[in-house]
Amino acid sequence: MAHYCHSCGNSKTHALEKFNVKKEGDNLVIALAGNPNTGKSTIFNALTGLNQHTGNWPGKTVLQAQGSFIINGQKCTIVDLPGTYSLLANSADEVVARNFICFGKPDTTIVVTDATCLERNLNLILQVMEITDKVVVCVNLIDEAKRKEIEVDIKALSEELGVPVIATSARKKIGLNELINTVHQVASGKILTNPKIIVYDQEIEGAIKELEPQLENLLKGELNSKWVALRLIEGDVLLLEAIKDYLGETLSSTECEVDMSCAR
Amino acid sequence: MKSEQEPLSTLAVGAVGRIESIKVNGFTRRRLLDLGFVPGTKIEVLRRSPAGDPTAYYIRGATIALRKDVANEIIIYKVHG
Repeated sequence: MAHYCHSCGNSKTHALEKFNVKKEGDNLVIALAGNPNTGKSTIFNALTGLNQHTGNWPGKTVLQAQGSFIINGQKCTIVDLPGTYSLLANSADEVVARNFICFGKPDTTIVVTDATCLERNLNLILQVMEITDKVVVCVNLIDEAKRKEIEVDIKALSEELGVPVIATSARKKIGLNELINTVHQVASGKILTNPKIIVYDQEIEGAIKELEPQLENLLKGELNSKWVALRLIEGDVLLLEAIKDYLGETLSSTECEVDMSCAR
Repeated sequence: MKSEQEPLSTLAVGAVGRIESIKVNGFTRRRLLDLGFVPGTKIEVLRRSPAGDPTAYYIRGATIALRKDVANEIIIYKVHG
């Protein structure tokens, strides 16, 4: 059974507390993800000013920065995730980022990317989109791109990805208002995204179809079952542990099914 | 005409290759894949450090340094002309 507090009935608050993030009332919680060196911290600082504090992710030596800002009268808490190339959990940074997006369930995740190096950044964008559909892509360093004579077709990128894309230069304070307005609309449900669905080869899609029904039963909508199926097929043991920790579910029966399908 | 396959570490400075496969497994493999070292990707040898190791490579719009022991495990087709 998912973690449930009988006194206040608010499972989401408790999930966030496990990450040292406080959800006060109607606050929106925004996660800031992205490759290293994309200007994520510059964006974070530009949005939060002095309204921030640093600490640690629970149980890890990874630094955590949290801050807040107000948009349309609503207070937003923004959590700066460690810079990662991927969410496939190979390092403490990636585990922290992945666990927060999966189990902390932010109201929106901003993926900050480098306009001069978009191709490599797409890896993380697509991975985040496989976990949650509340995504806004921020193409940062747009001033650097201009200097290098690189032009990014924001509209086409947005159409391809199926999520809002905003061009920014955090350094020059360009695009930041548009960014938080869009984030607010996605977080509050005013904008509905339609993330591009990645189709894998026949063998993998077949294995996913086999696992999905059992996972749907177990996860009860807490996590994207297709994404979990993919991680199980990859043999991601850390994810099974995280599901146990954060959702209180033991996947022992599913483990047996997966062992069988992996053995094939 | 199919080019010969060889380890990335044998490419001279200025040479260009296309990735055929990565032989290493585990964390390094995952990191290389995340950085774009997937089959079919073009890779150029930019420069080698004075000690001979590591070497700087240009791949998918970024410059990445690899040690020889890692470059040994990346198999490429040399690209001619």
